[in-house]
Amino acid sequence: MLEHSHHDMGGERAGRIQRTEHDYAEWERRIDAMAVLLWAIKGGKRYLTVDEHRKNIEALPPEDYDRLSYYEKWITSLTQSLIQRGVITTEELGRKMEQVEKRCSRSS
Amino acid sequence: MSEDQGRYRPLSYFQLMEVSLRELLVEKGILTEEAISEEVAAMRARTPERGARVVAKAWVDESFKQRLLKNGTAACEELGLEIPALKLVVVENTPQVHNVIVCTLCSCYPRVLLGIPPDWYKSRAYRSRMVREPRAVLAEFGLSLSERTAIRVHDSTADMRYLVLPMRPAGTAGWDEARLASLVTRDSMIGVALPAPA
Amino acid sequence: MQPQFVTRYPALSPTFDIGQRVRVRKTAPLGHIRTPFYIRGHVGEIERLCGSFPNPEELAQMRDGLPAQPLYRVRFRQKDVWPDYQGPENDTVDIEIYQHWLEKA
Repeated sequence: MLEHSHHDMGGERAGRIQRTEHDYAEWERRIDAMAVLLWAIKGGKRYLTVDEHRKNIEALPPEDYDRLSYYEKWITSLTQSLIQRGVITTEELGRKMEQVEKRCSRSS
Repeated sequence: MSEDQGRYRPLSYFQLMEVSLRELLVEKGILTEEAISEEVAAMRARTPERGARVVAKAWVDESFKQRLLKNGTAACEELGLEIPALKLVVVENTPQVHNVIVCTLCSCYPRVLLGIPPDWYKSRAYRSRMVREPRAVLAEFGLSLSERTAIRVHDSTADMRYLVLPMRPAGTAGWDEARLASLVTRDSMIGVALPAPA
Repeated sequence: MQPQFVTRYPALSPTFDIGQRVRVRKTAPLGHIRTPFYIRGHVGEIERLCGSFPNPEELAQMRDGLPAQPLYRVRFRQKDVWPDYQGPENDTVDIEIYQHWLEKA
């Protein structure tokens, strides 16, 4: 329902809470670190706000919102936010992704 | 390849995104690898022990406790804790009131004090149910409270971040702060558990 | 009323007092909103003035969110919010709500 956003879930019915915890992988920690730096929480130039970050997570299609892990959602949102701000372009990102993929498949 | 595994396996789409974004931002001079590594290390160092120190001090020092309840941020700064941008509201458990924290809209949590929140705190089940049926959810966590104790749920929707100040366990008279802090669990500062017994 | 946190943004004046009964506006606009759906239309009491902060609805759209909006903690009785609430009368839920989402009850 568009008027009641999928992320706004207080009071919805749900099952038992799974008490899972996992130790975050380095790549996940780097995403967290990049976000903190881009939000300039400790000072320095602010490139993004936490609010844009949340907005872009909320904009994920419901199936992706549910299916993606926490930091998968974060990296998606950070990337979208930076494109929206013009800090990077889709073109630059695409070329870099091609470059990284080539590099990785050469080594494996 | 995924360097974290020690063996070669293809990057997932999201890992590819992380590498690509990071390299672009470094090339553009927006971030450096050193700054990212330093922040990863800083976040690793933020564990619930920091919050436990604050709680233990409040247990032994009544005037600190009053300052903590009045302005959690200023009180943490008194202890020399680095808590950038944190607006901390500390809520005190009493025999009449038990507090518990949730963020229904995302996963707001006093990260710079306690570290990264656990998976369950960010889960659909916790975020949906805690505001509506806190007693049932707490019972799932093994915490049953009498009807004479009111439950106060705090939904962390905006700029404030919350820390529960649990009640000091019985049988701890004369304990020093370090020993008291060892009883204060992360879950007791979220409100889904009581501190460990003495 | 003294805010719990003093901030230096140009801000609107707070219009509600501690203990005042307020209703959360029952409307469902689009955009990034920090007033949860479940509390809209409900009546609670102002528990404290947290301070004044830039409007997150505007910050999310890459605007500066000024003037800062007063942010309150509003306390609601669970039995008022959920028709099927199983629990005592004095169980409550406290939520931070921006001034522009509130009206006098």
